[in-house]
Amino acid sequence: MTAGSQFMGGFRDAPIDAAHAFRAAMTVMARPGEIRQLVGATPPTPLSVAAGTLLLTLCDPDTGVHLAGEFDTLQVREWLTFHTGAPIVKAPKADFAIGRWKDLMPLIEFRIGTPEYPDRSATVIVETPGLLPRGALLRGPGIKDTARLSLPDVPALQANARLYPLGCDFFFTCGDTIAALPRSTQIEAET
Amino acid sequence: MNEYNFAYLDEQTKRMIRRAILKGLAVPGYQVPFASREMPMPYGWGTGGVQVSAAILTPEDRFKVIDQGADDTTNAVSIRKFFEKTAGIATTEKTARASVIQTRHRIPEARLREDQIIVYQVPIPEPLRFLEPRETETRKMHSLEEYGMMHVKLYEDISQHGAISTAYAYPVKVSGRYVMDPSPIPKFDNPKLEMDAIQLFGAGREQRIYAVPPHTRIVSLDFEDYTFEATKAEHSCDLCGAGDSYLDEVIMDDAGNRMFVCSDTDYCRSRRSAGHVGRLGEESAA
Repeated sequence: MTAGSQFMGGFRDAPIDAAHAFRAAMTVMARPGEIRQLVGATPPTPLSVAAGTLLLTLCDPDTGVHLAGEFDTLQVREWLTFHTGAPIVKAPKADFAIGRWKDLMPLIEFRIGTPEYPDRSATVIVETPGLLPRGALLRGPGIKDTARLSLPDVPALQANARLYPLGCDFFFTCGDTIAALPRSTQIEAET
Repeated sequence: MNEYNFAYLDEQTKRMIRRAILKGLAVPGYQVPFASREMPMPYGWGTGGVQVSAAILTPEDRFKVIDQGADDTTNAVSIRKFFEKTAGIATTEKTARASVIQTRHRIPEARLREDQIIVYQVPIPEPLRFLEPRETETRKMHSLEEYGMMHVKLYEDISQHGAISTAYAYPVKVSGRYVMDPSPIPKFDNPKLEMDAIQLFGAGREQRIYAVPPHTRIVSLDFEDYTFEATKAEHSCDLCGAGDSYLDEVIMDDAGNRMFVCSDTDYCRSRRSAGHVGRLGEESAA
């Protein structure tokens, strides 16, 4: 990484790139288990294209972002700050968190909303080594009958779903693909 | 392209709305507060729906706007023109050809598909508002799932009128948790709320956004002995003869003559062009 490289890798045409990116993010959140392509940004490593694009689409000075584990590097901080102006915060204050699953644990650190404002909860972006339409069985809003998605940790995500209508919402990213798991989804481990 | 940012709103406003939409989809039926902006049209003209549409539109979308089912009313025409001008997107009046449909108080008769999105303009998002005017209280009632008062209201309908007389904005329970106002659509449209498309609701003046993902379970509130009925006028469309569509009653003169026509203008037009003729159809074509 050379000096000044944090200025690179943003959206080429912000309103249009962000509109396309949001459509993909909204579609996967509305249809848990569906995997879509998400491109637009070229973030510094270790951020994937999908995670970097999602951060540029949703984050700004109003949203605290938590960088977990190996994602908390100077390059990522500078890139995110330059392109979004989002403050970097600790897990309990985060609106968005990004990291590998093991570095995001324990989930209990993140905000789950309040009974009167369940929307005031963290959105957790999990970088995964693989994203496939198989594994855990999903049911609930947005899913016709059932769907399958490779999830990192079924018991922890089931515990999150039991908090409904409170709880965190998840995006899973891998390369330039993205899927989502809102708190409303019922999860069954693969048998 | 033109002198506006794509779809009028600035990017930070769109991000704020987009975050609210995502939380709304994650908690179906829950009303997410958002910082509604002043739009270049008065409240009551669909400022909530316009802001939601502005946040989700992409340049490839084909946009349809209906007002009570009609594409050709002032409200629908001006919102369609607004996005033609500020987003440069294509528009259509055909339900099947639209990728995003903004609606005031109707769901199109044609079944919506997986790849479509419907945006509702909502005047009063809170279903409990006319039963409990205080926002602090209704918020608590939602958090405690305390919806007894809504059933009392429906019961009072029955005790006064012999049936549930609520004809529009008929309350529904979303995914077994939140009671939601489906915006003032006629209750005839309530069964269509379980659909394949993504449903987004925007209330500009009241500053709320809520959502229903596809295939979400929607139950219209009722009683075992007084079940929910999706009612419409007991007529067929006088132009296209449709017996399955929601009808508007039109007064023809001062002698009591009236006609019933499809409220969904695209549905009626496509039926007529397919050769269907209603009671007064030929006469008006002549």
